[in-house]
Amino acid sequence: MSAESPHTANTPVTDANPAVDGSELIRFDKVTKRFAGNTVLDNLCFSVDSGKHVTLIGPSGSGKTTILRLLMTLVKPDEGTIKVGGDYLTHEERGGKLVPAGEKHIREVRKNIGMVFQQFNLFPNMKVLQNIMEAPVQVLGLSKDEAEARARELLDMVGLADRCDEYPSRLSGGQQQRVAIARALAMRPQVLLLDEVTSALDPELVAGVLDVLRDVARTTDITMLCVTHEMNFARDISDQVLMFDGGKVVESGSPEKIFGDPDHDRTREFLSAVL
Amino acid sequence: MNWDWSNVDAFMPRFWDGVLVTLQALAGGAVIAFVLGLIWAIALRSPTRWVRWPVAAFTEFIRNTPLLVQLFFLFYVVPEWGPSMSPLVTGIVGLGLHYSTYTSEVYRAGIEGVPAGQWEAATALSLPKRRTWTAVILPQAVRRVIPALGNYVIVMLKESPQLAAIGALEMLGEARGFSNETFTFEAISIVGLAFIVIAYPASVLLRVLERRLVR
Repeated sequence: MSAESPHTANTPVTDANPAVDGSELIRFDKVTKRFAGNTVLDNLCFSVDSGKHVTLIGPSGSGKTTILRLLMTLVKPDEGTIKVGGDYLTHEERGGKLVPAGEKHIREVRKNIGMVFQQFNLFPNMKVLQNIMEAPVQVLGLSKDEAEARARELLDMVGLADRCDEYPSRLSGGQQQRVAIARALAMRPQVLLLDEVTSALDPELVAGVLDVLRDVARTTDITMLCVTHEMNFARDISDQVLMFDGGKVVESGSPEKIFGDPDHDRTREFLSAVL
Repeated sequence: MNWDWSNVDAFMPRFWDGVLVTLQALAGGAVIAFVLGLIWAIALRSPTRWVRWPVAAFTEFIRNTPLLVQLFFLFYVVPEWGPSMSPLVTGIVGLGLHYSTYTSEVYRAGIEGVPAGQWEAATALSLPKRRTWTAVILPQAVRRVIPALGNYVIVMLKESPQLAAIGALEMLGEARGFSNETFTFEAISIVGLAFIVIAYPASVLLRVLERRLVR
């Protein structure tokens, strides 16, 4: 963890004219997203450096989840561009012009991104091991043996080595979510998106999942973007916290700063409501 | 009218011929209906409207015209400029084509019943489109709709006597022929019974499947 590292490495959140930074991994540039006329993200600019753990907080409807879904290409921006690892995510440069990207280009950039969902979304027709092996075999072209070894290693890490031959429906929510984390990690992503991963869990199962994620945060250099209501967890693992409201970043800073001494009343109000 | 077992005996050889035709028509028609229906259902979700629109128009047309008309068309009109098929083969194709437009609706419901999260997980893992369909979506969708598909097999069984109109003599066709020649009623009764003997266990089986598969 690099909680002590200064945040000057991040270009300012409100900077609309990004300077190129060697370690910058994700950049949103003037991204706007509307759903049925409702502006969810409004001309949003921010960047995340490689290896950082960033938590997005804010009231529901403030666009946090939409940011993750944009990065996962589950939704497309109405305006603006997103870059991951220097490549445009939903656009590509052709003849000096920026055009909407083809499926192939999106697929290539997206391979570096993994996501864990609120509802787990394991494939119920596949056993636990198959769930994890599926994409490494089909997408990365690993052999069955390699994929299985990788899957078993990850299951061991999430504490479910003995459940590899079960169907997901036989597992508790917490166990399913740990499998889902292993499934995402099996693709060796550069970026891991965590979308309210404990919100659908019974309270007593939350800790197990968060422990696994703390482990991931500590032992890997994966960049994590995390939407959560678990403020203690956010404080523990984050290098940077972004406070959202009304489709904009209200405030950004270290967890110590945001949770301890936020600059904005809106942040203070929100935190007093959830803490 | 008295029941005369000798009429039953006399009818039996033709009855078994008819049963064979019925079962062939049913099996062949069901396979065609299941396969084509799935193809229609997937085509109707195509991002290209040049795939979607013709398939929508075609299935809508088939669904809204009588099976009997389609059988006549296949048997008398198609051979004018296309392949000429035996009555049974024509019947199988007609039955299968007609009911494929119904099974496609069943598949559609099954596909739409797969939670959006499954598509999203497949996207998040970058699974190719084809693999998403074959390994994730269809196994879940088809499992759910097997009872509904089975229902159409029973419907097809009950509609199979229409094949007699183009000369594919299934059970009822054989019975009508026999009765008209002998002025007896036993053959028709036997065939009525035969429909129940085939259909009832099938629907019991479907109910069992429904309990097992749809959760």
